[in-house]
Amino acid sequence: MAETVEIRWHGRGGQGTVTAAKVLADACLSGGRHVQAFPEYGPERAGAPLRAYNRVASKELRMHCPVLEPDVVTVVDATLLDSINVADGAKETTTFIINTTKDPAEIRTKLHAGPKQRVITVDATKIALDCFGRAMPNSPMLGAVCKATGLISIDHLLEDVKKSFGKKFSQKIIDGNIEATKRGYEEVKEG
Amino acid sequence: MAKVVAVTGNEACANALRQVNPDVCGIYPITPQTDMMQRFASYISDGKVDTESILVESEHSSMSACIGAAAAGGRVVTATSSQGLALMWEMLHIASGDRLPIVMPVVNRALSAPLNIHGDHSDAMGARDTGWIQIWSENAQESYDNVIQAFRIGEHMDIRLPVMVCLDGFIISHSIERMEYLEDQEVKDFVGPFRNFLPLLDLDKPKSYGPLILTDLYHEYKRAQHEIMTKVKDVVLNVAKDFEKLSGRKYGLFETYRLEDADIAIVILNSAAGTTKDVIDEFREKGIKAGLIKPRLFRPFPYEEMAEALKNTKAVCVMDRADSFGGYGPLFMEVSSALYPLGNRPLLTNKIYGLGGRDYLPSHAAQVLTELNQIAQSGKVSVLKEYIGVRE
Repeated sequence: MAETVEIRWHGRGGQGTVTAAKVLADACLSGGRHVQAFPEYGPERAGAPLRAYNRVASKELRMHCPVLEPDVVTVVDATLLDSINVADGAKETTTFIINTTKDPAEIRTKLHAGPKQRVITVDATKIALDCFGRAMPNSPMLGAVCKATGLISIDHLLEDVKKSFGKKFSQKIIDGNIEATKRGYEEVKEG
Repeated sequence: MAKVVAVTGNEACANALRQVNPDVCGIYPITPQTDMMQRFASYISDGKVDTESILVESEHSSMSACIGAAAAGGRVVTATSSQGLALMWEMLHIASGDRLPIVMPVVNRALSAPLNIHGDHSDAMGARDTGWIQIWSENAQESYDNVIQAFRIGEHMDIRLPVMVCLDGFIISHSIERMEYLEDQEVKDFVGPFRNFLPLLDLDKPKSYGPLILTDLYHEYKRAQHEIMTKVKDVVLNVAKDFEKLSGRKYGLFETYRLEDADIAIVILNSAAGTTKDVIDEFREKGIKAGLIKPRLFRPFPYEEMAEALKNTKAVCVMDRADSFGGYGPLFMEVSSALYPLGNRPLLTNKIYGLGGRDYLPSHAAQVLTELNQIAQSGKVSVLKEYIGVRE
């Protein structure tokens, strides 16, 4: 792992994006790593575009400002691709993980992604609907981030999803989210 | 054994309060502190603490309730932000004047108008002269550690003063970070049982708080408050020594970073200090001798120690996340006063940054360090006070 991995999440209010960033931070604590997870706070409205951030590092994280040059960009809602520049500040080697029904090649063209940039897609909304009947794509997106970045093992992530969702939801919803996280991990497409 | 967690600054402070298990807590919500008192209220309702909560209709009432409970003889806490702290203003003086060791995390937030919920230091800087001890914190870990130490400092029998522990709204209060919790028993032992001093509920020895004192002794009373403040530094350092033995984490009156041989330095409070340290490392790699001071104890202010730490620098920028309109930033005024007695002083500038939660970015720190380097070489300051990160 690089010394510090910086992740920027793009989502819309009500999709669980902030929760996903928090679960990822918690899961990445293992191995003595340092983590941060923080959303950009504005007027919080369902459906409004929002950003959240993660930093994961082998040394103490002292930086307390938004991620400006992300190593990973995660787009939880594909409609954002038409309204904001999700590639803002991206590096030559940035990995994009997009929740979409479209193929990676099509998204690659849309993003004008460079040759060293990775483009990964997953139909997270469909997975969420299949697994627990709600269009909450955060848990399959976590699975996809896990697969794409290798920051943590899938078993470790599933434990943390269980722990985090277990505080708030019924067993049925927890099981559905675990299944969705696994499928997100397995169903990523790269191109 | 320390427990490694990933939590928000608010969560960390609420957990520190749970571990201390105070007698009374005045509770009133205000963004971005709300989540801290909400968590603490859950601890109360879940029976995790023995604290009696007093739900009030305003922060003025919250501080009034805390004053009553502390004078009665209890260990008392509350927390607030921004307008809440402003509304407490009258009662803050009474808490300190009556020498009541109330502990209050202040989650720093901008003041209205215009209405803004985000982080800056205007609120706590406005409470500078209320007679409270002020301790400032960079991150969740420091906020937690400072809340625990605040009880030992404020309740010290030579001090008996209320303590504010400041942390940046949203940037720290709502961000999740890795940190370490001490064990409940360790915190309990460190803080120790509450020691009473002239409690109202000691009915065998009736007493009165807050009497009328006119021209005969008011002046002497205020001098006594000043003199108590002069003892605070030593207590803060002794408590920090004990805390280091327990936690391995070192605290002082302020933190210095790469300052020993520095030609240029930034003085900056709280979370922005962390961002600045990373940029200082970059400048060091370029061969520029840059350093930093992050004040921890702001009231009382360690003037002599600050002057000693900065005396060999050539140029210093004091960065304020608050302004005194028509004056300089509040931190600048302190550092400037600290340096005046030196025969050979560094050149000083004052930058106002990050008001109302405007992001403080590495590029801002780089801009300031680049300018400081020029000032150190030319010996000339062109603009003394300036806003940075401003949209034109």
